[in-house]
Amino acid sequence: MIEFRSVSKTFPGGARAVEEFSLVIPARRITVLVGSSGSGKTTLLRMINRMVEPTSGTVEIDGASVLERDPVTLRRSIGYVMQNSGLMPHFTVLDNVATVLRLNGTSRRDAHARARELLGTVGLDQSLAERYPSQLSGGQQQRVGVARGLAADPNILLMDEPFGAVDPIVRTELQRELLRLQRELDKTVVFVTHDIDEAFLLGDRIVILGAGARIVQEGTPEEILTAPANDFVAAFIGADRGKRALRVEQRAHGTVVVDADGRVQGTLSPESAPASPGTTAGGMD
Amino acid sequence: MTWIGANLGLILDLTAVHLWQSVVALVLGVILSVPLGRLAWRYRLVRGPLILLTGLLYTIPSLALLILLPAVLGYSAISETNLVVALTVYAVAILVRAVADGLDSVDDDVRRAATAMGYGSARRFWTVELPLAGPVILAGVRVTAMSTIALATVGTLIGVTNLGYLFTNGLDRRLIEEVFAGVAAVVVLAVLVDALLVLAGRLLMPWQRAATGRGRAARTPAEEVSA
Repeated sequence: MIEFRSVSKTFPGGARAVEEFSLVIPARRITVLVGSSGSGKTTLLRMINRMVEPTSGTVEIDGASVLERDPVTLRRSIGYVMQNSGLMPHFTVLDNVATVLRLNGTSRRDAHARARELLGTVGLDQSLAERYPSQLSGGQQQRVGVARGLAADPNILLMDEPFGAVDPIVRTELQRELLRLQRELDKTVVFVTHDIDEAFLLGDRIVILGAGARIVQEGTPEEILTAPANDFVAAFIGADRGKRALRVEQRAHGTVVVDADGRVQGTLSPESAPASPGTTAGGMD
Repeated sequence: MTWIGANLGLILDLTAVHLWQSVVALVLGVILSVPLGRLAWRYRLVRGPLILLTGLLYTIPSLALLILLPAVLGYSAISETNLVVALTVYAVAILVRAVADGLDSVDDDVRRAATAMGYGSARRFWTVELPLAGPVILAGVRVTAMSTIALATVGTLIGVTNLGYLFTNGLDRRLIEEVFAGVAAVVVLAVLVDALLVLAGRLLMPWQRAATGRGRAARTPAEEVSA
């Protein structure tokens, strides 16, 4: 469990990124912080591993303030995945994945063995192990980034718009992979995005942020979709444009689901399939 | 070519001495420039003055430096030390800026990622920032190597023997062939050292070639889907 206790952050120069922010992030769930740029969501994420120090307030992990931990050892115990992968260009794929293990003093041999295992976990072919990041596609680089974040088997995984820079097809694939991984690994994931569809797809809990990291609404995807707290949320999730207000219509070739504008968003299966998070969003950005 | 043929042994000996003097100065220059360059890169306020100051060192005429340094530091003007120290000063003049520029060229995302992984700042510098600054620093080292090897010949004026000896001796004896031999030896030495530096760069920075070489070919849509 991660807890923010009335955290504020003012950057040098006076920009107030976060104001009196309090939030409890449950363990073993994916919590998505979603907001437009300037909402302070990345700043919040970086306060968890002390990449950013709060001006006031505390961030606690399982009841202990991170401010009392040594930043370097704290960071080694928390997985971090960022946009554009942030891989070391001069390390091979294997060395990149093994980074944190090596920092923790694991022997090169053992670290590489574990790294090879992780390549499989994130769906990468072993033949890529000796390549450099520049020799991989954007999607492959992000997978390596995820493998690196998981290498030391951290309880907490911080993800800063990890799929923001890859094309939509690859993004969908990576999102599904993350859900599959989470079912196996059960991490406490804090995921930052500006893409509300991604938030609905991945989040067990969603925190919608306004300017200065003010919490506009917090809840499960269902709670937010069925009862947007205000016009801002309604606009943000697209409810005001009728994107989320779907209805069933009979057409010549079967039953379809259409949005408020009458555009077909999908079909209706005759038998009630178990609801998967993917069905709420029409795959749109 | 008769003079060259008859004095090949002398030319080779002088080349070896010349190489030794230049390499020592170059290595000392690199060792001094890395911390100075890091300082310049790290502190904005220091950067301007430090790069200006070290850059200005390069404008001091070499003969003047060879006379002034022993007066200030108290060693013999006609010693090899005097020449090597002067060459090191010139090397630092070029390299401090190269190191600072090299550190500038490191992607901030990579730096941030390294911090997030749990690198301490010293470890991050030696294993992430400095290696990634390598290509820019190497470019600076290559320029410095050329300039040092050419400049070292001035040592002959203060009585330090190296390939410069062939210039003064050839001039005294009106032996154009000897002067020509000296110039040729300096050029050949500079080209060889440069080639070695390029080779060392390829061995030490294999990722660089990967980035420009077969890397692009690896990005096929088929692989993307199968991955």
